[in-house]
Amino acid sequence: MTAATENQTRFRHFAKVCEILSKHDHMPSKLIPILQEVQEEYRYLPQEVLTFVATSLDIPPAQVYGVATFYAHFTLKPKGKYVIRLCDGTACHVRGSNGIHQALLKRLNLTETCNTTPDMLFTVETVSCLGACGLAPVIVINEDVHGQMTPESALKLVDDIFLQENVN
Amino acid sequence: MLKGQNGCATKPINLAKIATDYAAQTKKLARRVVICAGTGCVANGSLKVYRAFVEGIAKAGLPVVTELTGKQGTLVDGILVSRSGCQGFCQMGPLVTVEPDGILYTRVKEKDVAEIIEQTLKRNEVIDRLLFVNPADGKHCHGQNDIPFYTRQHRMVLKACGNVDPEDINEYIRNSGYAAAEKAYVKMTAQSVCEEITFAALRGRGGGGFPTGKKWELTRIQPGEKKYVICNGDEGDPGAFMDRSVMEGNPHSVIEGMMIAALAIGADEGYVYVRAEYPLAVKRIRKAVVEAERLGLLGDDIFDSGKNFRLHVMEGAGAFVCGEETALMASIEGKRGTPRPKPPFPAQSGLWGKPTVINNVETLATVPLIINMGAAEFRRLGTKGSPGTKTFALTGHVANTGLIEVPFGATLREIIFEIGGGIIDDAGKPFPGGFKAVQIGGPSGGCLIEEHLDLPLDFDSLRGVGAMVGSGGLVVMNKNTCMVKMARFFMQFTQNESCGKCVLCREGTKQMLALLDDIIAGEATEETISLLREVALAVQKGSLCGLGKTAPNPVLSTLRNFRAEVEAHIVQKRCPAGQCKALVMPEIIAEKCKGCTACVKKCPVGAISGEVKKPHRIDPEKCIKCGACAQVCKFGAVVGV
Amino acid sequence: MNAKTTLTIDNREVRIEGEKNLLELARKAGIDIPTFCYHSSLSVYGACRLCLVDIEGRGIVTSCSTKPEPGMKIRTHTEEIRGMRKIAVELLLASHEQNCPTCAKNTTCELQKLARKLGVGEVRFKPTLRPQPLDRTSASLVRNPNKCILCGDCVRACAEIQGIGAIDFAGRGANSCVVPAFGKNLDEVECVNCGLCASVCPTGALTPKSEIEAVWKDLDNPEKTVVVQIAPAVRVALGEAFGLEPGKIETGRIVAGLKALGFDQVYDTCFAADLTVLEEATEFIARKTVGEKLPQFTSCCPAWVKYAEQFYPGLLPNLSSCRSPQQMFGSLAKKILPEKLGVKRENLSIVSVMPCTAKKFEAKLDKFRRDGMPDVDHVLTTQEAARMFEEAGIRFRDLAPQSMDMPLGFKTGAGVIFGASGGVTEAALRYAVEKIKGVELDAVDFHEVRGEAGLREAEYNLDGLQIKVAIVHGLANAKKLAEAAARGECAYDFIEVMACPGGCVAGAGQPVSKEPTTRAERTAALYEADKMLQLHKSQDNHLVAECYQKHLGEIGGHKSHELLHTSYRSRRRICGESLSLLDGAQGEKLKVSVCVGTSCFVRGSQKILEALVKHVQENSLENLVDVQATFCFERCGDGPNVRVGETVIGKCDITTAIKAVEEKLAAAKS
Repeated sequence: MTAATENQTRFRHFAKVCEILSKHDHMPSKLIPILQEVQEEYRYLPQEVLTFVATSLDIPPAQVYGVATFYAHFTLKPKGKYVIRLCDGTACHVRGSNGIHQALLKRLNLTETCNTTPDMLFTVETVSCLGACGLAPVIVINEDVHGQMTPESALKLVDDIFLQENVN
Repeated sequence: MLKGQNGCATKPINLAKIATDYAAQTKKLARRVVICAGTGCVANGSLKVYRAFVEGIAKAGLPVVTELTGKQGTLVDGILVSRSGCQGFCQMGPLVTVEPDGILYTRVKEKDVAEIIEQTLKRNEVIDRLLFVNPADGKHCHGQNDIPFYTRQHRMVLKACGNVDPEDINEYIRNSGYAAAEKAYVKMTAQSVCEEITFAALRGRGGGGFPTGKKWELTRIQPGEKKYVICNGDEGDPGAFMDRSVMEGNPHSVIEGMMIAALAIGADEGYVYVRAEYPLAVKRIRKAVVEAERLGLLGDDIFDSGKNFRLHVMEGAGAFVCGEETALMASIEGKRGTPRPKPPFPAQSGLWGKPTVINNVETLATVPLIINMGAAEFRRLGTKGSPGTKTFALTGHVANTGLIEVPFGATLREIIFEIGGGIIDDAGKPFPGGFKAVQIGGPSGGCLIEEHLDLPLDFDSLRGVGAMVGSGGLVVMNKNTCMVKMARFFMQFTQNESCGKCVLCREGTKQMLALLDDIIAGEATEETISLLREVALAVQKGSLCGLGKTAPNPVLSTLRNFRAEVEAHIVQKRCPAGQCKALVMPEIIAEKCKGCTACVKKCPVGAISGEVKKPHRIDPEKCIKCGACAQVCKFGAVVGV
Repeated sequence: MNAKTTLTIDNREVRIEGEKNLLELARKAGIDIPTFCYHSSLSVYGACRLCLVDIEGRGIVTSCSTKPEPGMKIRTHTEEIRGMRKIAVELLLASHEQNCPTCAKNTTCELQKLARKLGVGEVRFKPTLRPQPLDRTSASLVRNPNKCILCGDCVRACAEIQGIGAIDFAGRGANSCVVPAFGKNLDEVECVNCGLCASVCPTGALTPKSEIEAVWKDLDNPEKTVVVQIAPAVRVALGEAFGLEPGKIETGRIVAGLKALGFDQVYDTCFAADLTVLEEATEFIARKTVGEKLPQFTSCCPAWVKYAEQFYPGLLPNLSSCRSPQQMFGSLAKKILPEKLGVKRENLSIVSVMPCTAKKFEAKLDKFRRDGMPDVDHVLTTQEAARMFEEAGIRFRDLAPQSMDMPLGFKTGAGVIFGASGGVTEAALRYAVEKIKGVELDAVDFHEVRGEAGLREAEYNLDGLQIKVAIVHGLANAKKLAEAAARGECAYDFIEVMACPGGCVAGAGQPVSKEPTTRAERTAALYEADKMLQLHKSQDNHLVAECYQKHLGEIGGHKSHELLHTSYRSRRRICGESLSLLDGAQGEKLKVSVCVGTSCFVRGSQKILEALVKHVQENSLENLVDVQATFCFERCGDGPNVRVGETVIGKCDITTAIKAVEEKLAAAKS
């Protein structure tokens, strides 16, 4: 196979990406919604898919990479099955979110830079404000919001997940 | 062209008929149970409570109604169970209101539902234990009418939020919804709308307080066929969630405001840009747009005016800086959300180079109210320079946290002590006399202190004391809070969220953070403060965008209001609030000390003194914090090492 | 003066004459407002915050983004502004590698100059630089992220002028950086090595890759005979490095200097340019006659050639098959000089002095090697040659001019004007018109193809043969024509493309000039050099003719094809990552990938991953097996998918996966 045809066969497989791209009329201005949907599909933004998106939209891959790395919502690495997002907004901060963060990292043996467990079960990250300040401090596990947390109650949630995972 | 989209728009739309039909349906109802479905209450399980009501009422043999259209709505003496947007009192959630009695139950759990059905719905009895108890006097409060958190407020923009079902356009219309849009499209001209808003002296609620009418007028007079309206729902300030609540609780008011703005400037296309962290708001706004399109309120030839307006919803991707208008537009265009120099202003060259009006959520939600009540009436509220009301997110060390709305001119004292119920300590217990400061306007704002408590709040008065309304976050801090650490927190935030484009903001925030770290670590010198101030002023004056220009505010306001506290860190190497670990002084707890003198012998610098068998003390001037005393003490009397 | 058309800068009245911004206006008034991120040919960025000025009533604004308005009262260096500029430079220095004396940009660095001008005596801030590795992978450029001040000049130059966007901003805030896509190396991305980024870079973050040491090594080697060729554009720019006026023709002193450095022979690339004219124009006439492979694109510019190979592989047959003059020279020299100079081929070293960084890349291409030896051994830029003079203590201004060595130092004016945009076309016309019409051409100047416009065109009727030519410079301009040609909608017959705006005279290897007039002065000097020469048409170069007789045979013939022509290949990128994904097992380790795409995920792929990791850890297989999460095998219906080595197992479960791993390991052992 020549490089070109090999390339084509490979790209032909990006059926879902193609669907997303045509939904947005291959418009470079829709790059952000396109990346959001791609991430929804693959749970992260794989490099080869981004290259494909760039080529399809006729914009430089470096520009797509620039956009993907600018916004906190996008991730170029796969995340864990349970993404624990800890709010570090002002309200949560003054009510002790940092203690919860440290407790979670310690429990899962993670650091702020290496924040996904090797078995891909947990990712721990902080977000600036989830806007649920009335319930501070708040953590969100995948879609579920948990308010008025303490380090103990947060660890309890993690333990519950461990328990549930082991039962299954 | 939107023709034929979603099919069934019947023209011309008859708002009055929809309202009367809806009212006729509600008249048949015996009661209505409203369960708060704002993010806060949902987190506390309010959706389970909702389901428990629907199932429980049916089980109890009562006619349960979940939607007023179709068969259900014809039930006589039905009990309507509906979900509302945020009712504001998030901390006490899940909140359940029983109408028409106006009983407000707090912290309702699934298991409480049967009791509510049995006692309140069937027997008209109030369940005391689920009522809010006013901590001030221990009295049980029935509902919004006697809970100080609510009675002291003036809920105008938020009025419908905790009341109407945000997913039901008919209920919105029943409450005069889209009447203002109809008035504008049918009876007013672009110019007269601009004049009305200008006369109302409405100012942008997103931070700067720029006169909305003027902004519209500037855009209106720009030549060009294509113009855009953008709703800035990228509410990123930590500690602020007013816009989220409005988008979740009353999305149609935002759409209506945008329709009026579109008419005023001559736009036929608009975007609602919502923060990625607000999935519920995205969902509700999207649904509201579809509903409005279905009724022909959005699309072509609105109210037979010949005017078109189509609305897109775009979800942000997690960048605080996109709250800045030029960055937000870059983001809509699919680029990195970095601001660009102004001028040209969006009014001249905005989205895709076209004249664009960009307003904040609350501002847009206020617009229909003004058109309905008239600018003159609106101006009776608030202060002369800042008419109307303002929503605030009240959080931090205050007894009642939540979403509030007060007229401009209200004082911090009213907000914190009457609505907020006073200061609490870190454990949540009342802390009389514990007020230290309130951070207003998020990371771009500043701290206000005791002496500002009676200052009537508005755009100008706040600017006068070096703070700003910002988007309206109010974070209350008690005396155990270290202001240097708070300033550091905000600096960390802006440093993280700086887009990195302009030198002063990118590098300046980095260095301000490092200097604050020095202070916290006890490594600062007198020069640190002057250098900190010098950078702060350069960043404030010279940065490219609003985020950068306001980034140093927390530092500057801390230096202004808490100079002594900062200096204590530097000169005495002491953190008055006892929060900075590196500066904590070892201390001997008198009750535990047996006076064994072991520590005196061990101390290498002779900092400990005291008589045998009597409590000892450590001289902070001499102590080098080596920790030897704590190691040798058998009674655990030495703390703070 | 009329107050309606003037404003005041630092208390002086200045007339507004259509300047785009206050910065340009101030420059006109003789005031240099400092800036890193403003370039007149690029869009306004407004990020460096150095060009701040104070406008009465409006406060402090950036002068690059503010339009002059009549009546403005502007102050450019108030105490406050000076303080802010100082802070900005100090902040930049705190996050900048501070090893100025050993930096390639020492003494020419804008940051260094500004720190001196603004009197920044110390950096009071803590150093915040987190050192990053240098990217030396490109044959032409070195990227040093530790010197980047994020002004974005390179990003905008690459995107706006070249239409490529090989580098862009990535990350946010303190993590912002300028990198190729996915943080790859420059040699892995669409960079065409034109070096425009390096020529706009105010610091040492992007610099041409130096080959000075390699050249010294050959010069110092007594075994080696080292000859050098000088490109046309070098002679009108090298003097600038020694403070001479731009546009002075310095051929004689350059020859003398190179001789002084120890080069055995000094030749002229213009000789090869004359060859190129004959070959390329002959090729064109042939194509035009049969009407095939038109338009014919020129191929002298290696940046353009790589661009075409990457983005328009379909147009490669339209590129002239002629090698660039540098490479024609190289292959010819390696062919004829060993005998002529009495040196073994492997001991002959050919060095070029070029105005260009892409020539470095070109010289290293495999197709330009013969018997394992490159046709051109080393490529120096004009800047590097000047630096070697400095290192050797050669006082350039005091040199007595010398002349080139023969025969490869002989040229006509046609070969000289190759250095300017439009020059190749004009030189080709001087041959083609005469050839087609069959009568001698008296007027050799084709003024219509000269000039500054990004796209120029001209049409000729040669005895009924209609010929339409176009000249473009800047690859963004070339892109438009290439698009049209790819669609088959291009009406031109001949298209000259130069990547650098202005052509080679403004190449990235030339001394960097901030004066907007420099380019025009160098160009004018080339046309002046043409005038001063006796011959103006390549066909009149008798030494070239002799060369054909002795070595090359016919123009466009078999022999000349072997030495002077080349072929191209598609460089449409395939993603390195996707290959390794497809290849499965690589190296020693068994690669096991578990799909964690949504579809596999909901079917429990995460559990399998977890179990595999556990299995590997418990059995200490870390050295044998590499388990990783991957995104998608595009077989979602069969999920969960696990790939062990090269086998993809659909509907996989934990037991199957572990079994497959064990089987593969057992097979590998036996």
